[in-house]
Amino acid sequence: MSSDLDVGITLAALAPFFAAALAPFIHRFTKSYAGWILAVIPASIFIYLLSFVEQMSRREFVSAGFEWIPSYGIRLSFYLDGLSVTFALLISGIGTFIILYSAAYLSGHKHLGRFLSFMLLFMGSMLGLVLSDNLISLFVFWELTSITSFLLIGFDHVRQASRRAAIQALVITGGGGLALLAGILLLHQITNQWDISEIFVWGSTIKEMDIYPLVLGLFLLGAFTKSAQFPFHFWLPNAMEAPTPVSAYLHSATMVKAGIYLLMRMNPVLGGTTEWNIILPIVGGFTLLWGAAMAMKQTDLKQMLAQTTVASLGLLVLLIGVGTDAALSAAVLYLLAHAFYKGALFMVAGGVDHATGTRDITQLGGLWKVMPVTFVAVLIGVAGMAGVPATVAFLAKEEMYAVLEVSSVSDLFENWQNTLVVFVMLLGNAMMMAVGLTILVKAFLGKLKTTPHKAHEGSLSLWIGALVLGVFAIWAGTQIKYLGSIIVGPVASSVANFQISPKLHLDFEMLTTLPFFISTLTWVVGFVIYLAIEDIRAIMLRTSKAIGWTFDILFDWLMFGLIKLSAAVTRFWHHGRWELYLIVVFVGVALAMALPMIGNFNMPQMPGLQALSFFEWGIFGMAVVGLSAVVLAKTRLIAIVSLGIQGFAVALIFMLFGAPDLGFTQFMVETLSVVILALVMTRLHLEQRDARVPWEVARDAALSLTVGISVTVLMISVLQNPIDLRLSEFFALTSVPIAHGHNIVNVILVDYRGLDTLGEISVVLATGIAILALIRIRGGGPQTGVGAPKGVKKPKRARKATPAKSKRKTTRKSTKSAQKKPAGQST
Amino acid sequence: MSEMLMAPFIGVFFATAVYLILSKSVIRMLLGITILGNGVNLLIFIMGRVTRDIPPIVPAGLKQPIGDIANPLPQALILTAIVIGFALFTFLLVLGYRAYQELDADNTDNMRLAEPPNPPQPPLSY
Repeated sequence: MSSDLDVGITLAALAPFFAAALAPFIHRFTKSYAGWILAVIPASIFIYLLSFVEQMSRREFVSAGFEWIPSYGIRLSFYLDGLSVTFALLISGIGTFIILYSAAYLSGHKHLGRFLSFMLLFMGSMLGLVLSDNLISLFVFWELTSITSFLLIGFDHVRQASRRAAIQALVITGGGGLALLAGILLLHQITNQWDISEIFVWGSTIKEMDIYPLVLGLFLLGAFTKSAQFPFHFWLPNAMEAPTPVSAYLHSATMVKAGIYLLMRMNPVLGGTTEWNIILPIVGGFTLLWGAAMAMKQTDLKQMLAQTTVASLGLLVLLIGVGTDAALSAAVLYLLAHAFYKGALFMVAGGVDHATGTRDITQLGGLWKVMPVTFVAVLIGVAGMAGVPATVAFLAKEEMYAVLEVSSVSDLFENWQNTLVVFVMLLGNAMMMAVGLTILVKAFLGKLKTTPHKAHEGSLSLWIGALVLGVFAIWAGTQIKYLGSIIVGPVASSVANFQISPKLHLDFEMLTTLPFFISTLTWVVGFVIYLAIEDIRAIMLRTSKAIGWTFDILFDWLMFGLIKLSAAVTRFWHHGRWELYLIVVFVGVALAMALPMIGNFNMPQMPGLQALSFFEWGIFGMAVVGLSAVVLAKTRLIAIVSLGIQGFAVALIFMLFGAPDLGFTQFMVETLSVVILALVMTRLHLEQRDARVPWEVARDAALSLTVGISVTVLMISVLQNPIDLRLSEFFALTSVPIAHGHNIVNVILVDYRGLDTLGEISVVLATGIAILALIRIRGGGPQTGVGAPKGVKKPKRARKATPAKSKRKTTRKSTKSAQKKPAGQST
Repeated sequence: MSEMLMAPFIGVFFATAVYLILSKSVIRMLLGITILGNGVNLLIFIMGRVTRDIPPIVPAGLKQPIGDIANPLPQALILTAIVIGFALFTFLLVLGYRAYQELDADNTDNMRLAEPPNPPQPPLSY
């Protein structure tokens, strides 16, 4: 069944997991070389996947996989087309440099092995997510990325901010994952298929169904939480608590793109409807503006980059929502561009932090002199952010603005939606460009400032990734025809599910087109914003201070509310009142016995009173007298003696009805119980009276009567049915021939159910040991707390000191006799 | 069918036991548990149907019992139950005794060490 292809692709998707298992050991033995060794894994995956690109560019696809849960029709299946291979290439390609970078960034950290392991785990999950064909495995990998993201954000777990950010990310993305699961299950209900490639053909059917809005809503919830769309965006900036490699990889290049991937993947099934074309642009557009505006407020390098990442994700959602050929091509190009320049910029930010000890741009300046290579990388990165020609981002922007399909001015008003979309994109891009310029100018140009560490160029591993990504961004920006045919076209076609040939070209003719005009406008606006950014920041800081309310505060309020609610629920059920627990139990018992009887109980013809002889009535009467005396006894001693009465009555009943063994045992046990109880009780200073107040007595009496009646009714209805005596007859017939014993009861105990009896003896033995321990261990009990009344405690303990000592002997005796009993009885 | 007449007696055992267990006094609860044990044993005994006088013993020299004998199976079960019940009884007794020594209380209202009346709030932080 399994071909080389199945094995190869599955291995490619799962190899990072194996590497993750080995990472801590590799780190232990090779120390600083661990990064170079482990980077081989993603690099090999990258090269392996490259071999599919040619095939993908012909719009072919490859399916592979193994049976996973055949009984539910769930396969561990993978689907390679333009979209998934491109994502996988990004993940493994950037992942290679990130592993190198991590090892350098955290070199000497004692948990570097663990960190690399988490990173590889994440890489495997992300690869699995984009390559999965099966929706269930897609969901599993989806949640795995949330979990590994949690582990990585909380990597520095001694800091509270890290823990909070980790929990926040997990709650939000995990919650979205649950919505996604519901959506997946609904989709399966409709189509009876688990594989996305099979569901594609259902697209038009699903879009017409009444349930479509619900399915769409659930999928969007999953995608929006993962890709940090407003109002779920706030976890992403907080996730910057993670070490920088994590921010560069998970929270910029890959994981946050999972939502984008899902939208692109599901576009043929769910996309193109009115809802899709309205919700996505609105949410995406708002997120774009919000993120870009918030980025201007920041002075921390990573925060600036994180907020612009939110904005970029919004832009991608916006483009997918618009959904025209140009928009989809632009989305693919922008996805690539963003992965290149944002990943690079994050690595640069980490490198700057590593070299100077600060990430605050107000404390940085003139770094180009001391960090020339990093400066080149950041130059390319910011060029990408600004969409300068010759970068792939420039082309992305040209495609974006091509959304505006106008031939005359009146079209601008006719297609006002498109005009609005382009305006929003223009504004967002301009703000992002201003932020990029700020980073470049403030941190790298001007005079060199004194920083916590003396600034110096980092090691090769720290800047190689950023530089390679930058070079690649320029290469891709110039080889546009080739890029269009092997990547952009196939991916956009996968998203749209029909052939899209992007009209990508790079020549002087385009300088006269409308998109280029808008691009120029973007640069102008961006530069103006850059000039005013100090003032804008001041205004925004003042405004947010005046509002004094953030999504974080709302989140904390919700989480703490949840904690308080669970505490309240726990307190309601675990109120600590023992008798109330027991009442719940016995009400349950009574209901369980009585409810099935209702309507099913037939009172049988009761036998006449003469069915029991005079003596038998007498003995049962004696038992009842004993029982009543236990309840009504005024003193403890009377109660204990009465307990003996009912016990002896039970023994007599056993004797009368052919069970002498039981009778003897019962006599012995009752005698011992009464004696021990009397001995112990007289040493305690207990209240004589029942502590219950009258209404409690009434309540308990009513409940116990109900239980008693229920038992009676249950017994009577059972007794009407014939009894199955086969087992008893078997024992009676085989007792002598097989087991060579004449006393059938004893044969059952020591022979047929010998192991049971062994268990019984063990229980008694364990009890003996436990009692011994209870008696021996003393003084270590709790000295504080509600149960130990203060003040009264000391004198009482002193008074009891002597009796307690002699007490020990008594109870030990009881232990001994308890241990002896079964041995004497069973034989 | 004399079992039918015995059923209400078992009901009395159960009712008494439950009433005692519901009291807040540890010692009364102990008495209740002993009675409950007896009630359950009798219940099993009667449910196995009762036969007067003839114990389940094969007469010497014979391979099989003659005529009706008492049902041996419930007897075997009860024999085990009595012994374990006694073990439980002694253990609970010592436990109650030690609880009295440590907490100075026979009333469960005063035994609130594990679940105090005003439990501390869970920490509201991350």
